[in-house]
Amino acid sequence: MNNTTEPVLLEASTAGRRIRASLARRHRQERLFQWLGIGAVALGLGFVLLLLVSVIAKGYSGFLQTHIRLSIDLSEEMLLDGAPVTEENLRNGDYRRAVRSAMQDLFPDVSGRRDRRELQRLVSNGAEFMLRDQVLADPELVGRQIDLWLPADDDVDMFAKGRARSNPGDSVPSRLSEQQRAWIAELERSDRLDIRFNWAFFSHGDSRDPEMAGIWGAAVGSFLTLLVTLVLSFPLGVATAIYLEEFAPRNRWTDLVEVNINNLAAVPSIIFGLLGLAVFINFFGMPRSAPLVGGLVLTLMTLPTIIIASRAALRSVPPSIREAALGMGASRTQTVFHHVLPLAMPGMLTGTIIGMAQALGETAPLLMIGMVAFIVDVPRSLTDPSTTLPVQIYLWADSPERAFVERTSAAIMVLLGVLAMMNLAAVLLRRKLERRW
Amino acid sequence: MTLGIRDMDTAAASELDRAEPAAKAAAKTTPAKLPVGKAFVSDPRIEVRDLDVFYGDKQALERISLDIGKNQVLALIGPSGCGKSTFLRCVNRMNDMIDVCRVSGSVMLDGENIYERSVDPVELRARVGMVFQRPNPFPKSIYENVAYGPRIHGLARSRGELDDIVQASLEKAGLLEEVHDRLDEMGTALSGGQQQRLCIARAIAVSPEVILMDEPASALDPIATAKIESLIEELQEQFTIVIVTHSMQQAGRVSQRTAYFHMGKLIEVGMTGDIFTNPRHELTQDYIMGRIG
Repeated sequence: MNNTTEPVLLEASTAGRRIRASLARRHRQERLFQWLGIGAVALGLGFVLLLLVSVIAKGYSGFLQTHIRLSIDLSEEMLLDGAPVTEENLRNGDYRRAVRSAMQDLFPDVSGRRDRRELQRLVSNGAEFMLRDQVLADPELVGRQIDLWLPADDDVDMFAKGRARSNPGDSVPSRLSEQQRAWIAELERSDRLDIRFNWAFFSHGDSRDPEMAGIWGAAVGSFLTLLVTLVLSFPLGVATAIYLEEFAPRNRWTDLVEVNINNLAAVPSIIFGLLGLAVFINFFGMPRSAPLVGGLVLTLMTLPTIIIASRAALRSVPPSIREAALGMGASRTQTVFHHVLPLAMPGMLTGTIIGMAQALGETAPLLMIGMVAFIVDVPRSLTDPSTTLPVQIYLWADSPERAFVERTSAAIMVLLGVLAMMNLAAVLLRRKLERRW
Repeated sequence: MTLGIRDMDTAAASELDRAEPAAKAAAKTTPAKLPVGKAFVSDPRIEVRDLDVFYGDKQALERISLDIGKNQVLALIGPSGCGKSTFLRCVNRMNDMIDVCRVSGSVMLDGENIYERSVDPVELRARVGMVFQRPNPFPKSIYENVAYGPRIHGLARSRGELDDIVQASLEKAGLLEEVHDRLDEMGTALSGGQQQRLCIARAIAVSPEVILMDEPASALDPIATAKIESLIEELQEQFTIVIVTHSMQQAGRVSQRTAYFHMGKLIEVGMTGDIFTNPRHELTQDYIMGRIG
């Protein structure tokens, strides 16, 4: 400090001048910061948009499938070789012959083993099974001649959708021969080829044939897995949070527990998969690839999220409510269950749904416990082998067939749709349950 | 939960209780000879003896001995942090909730030490109700707010009886007229003053013997404050009331006796009129003259 003169305040005019001089710089900084913020948001939105556009552009055609209309002879001789019409016999009928002969009838002048085989390749390998299912569902069809749209082979599908080109120079050459392409043109001319909605995609399990592959098996697997996760992690997580927040004394042990819960939330998910493999499968002998084990592993993974969200929700309940209840002579348990929990519930549910959404998108730990296996059947119980949506996406993305590209993207759209719905549910639930005080 | 009553010398305390109040005051030769004035009354509802309260290492109350007379209003005054709220919360054991809080000494309610092991704080708080500084109705309907206490304590034998209790409590709290046609509206939707009267109705619904009020009007406007004060006057016919207040005028208007706390010590206690017109201790004088605050 200067010792020769007394410190004095600035003149009002000097202060005013200096403030005005600094104003321009301050406004500039403010504008710059705002623009930075807008830029960051725009960049984020841009990437999301890019992802969505790319997925939708690649995947929308996965919801469609090329079908061929065949006139199929369902006579008893054709299906059953003259055997009596019983359910057992119908189940073992020769539907392949019915499909093949119908195909042959469309092109009667094709002869020679090689050409015939090429012709039969236009129809999906799975067509006979779809035909069988239809006949089993309605045995009245036996003995009649029916017109049926059956799925075409995936190479035909790709060609018809324009995803694979006929010119040799194209990046994705068609695997169809000249002859096969001529037959397809013939089918199109006679209105026997059409691109229709891909029901199989929503009703089938996985398959080696893209045209037969569907997400239903994975969706049911995801549902069962999440069911186990929800049933275990919600009550456990909420109970833990209530005990730690409302009842536990603050001491070294509860501090230790708290630190470890926070640590657990940061553990890479594949570690939980290894734990599940070692403990649930190898030690307790639970079945591999089962939604039960998947659910248990995801419970371990989701618990910290739910506990942390629930504790935050409990902490946000004003202490005055607790005091009011305790002051009335309510016990601690009554205070918690009558007053604190109802107020904290919206936050807890939101945390739970977000934890569930995380679990729904989880892949790595499920690979460890065998849910990555190729499973055709739709799971019927918690111990049936199954897979889940994200694992199915992973499997398809790994498949060499061209037609799996669009199905991968279509499955991603379904998964994103479910996730968006779950998050929407979280928002709506919170809005509905939120109470003001 | 830590409750440190174990170190209390019960034998000595009960011996003191049996002694004449005047003789006892003389026998207690504390160096500062505190408190000034008559700490004991002939017809006490609550007798506090040698109450020490610690928060961790910090002593919040030091050797407080004070009677609260039946159907009287006792006002507790003193600067912020002097321990008057702590004292209040000792009377219904709300301090139990604070982990680091340790209490020793005795608080006798109708001849029974409420810090005895056999006393259930849940039952105690039904007998000693509390009204807080900020109105804190439950985020439920007006009816549910008042009915909550009777419900958890199983006071009403029937729905009709519960209705009666709710009506009577609201009536006594001077709120019935304003809310009788909207009992199912949220208690939190009322105005601040109405909320505080709802909290009083909620407290008296379980028919307590004592009502503790922790600055009940400090968050209210003057008109709402006046209503609360006249309500306190009416309530004292039936209840024993202890009120903590920052406003000396309020203490003067509503209380018969006043106790002045300073730095965890009870400095002076006496009839309200005497304290305000003729404070005997220097600290009390300073506070009442507005030199401490």
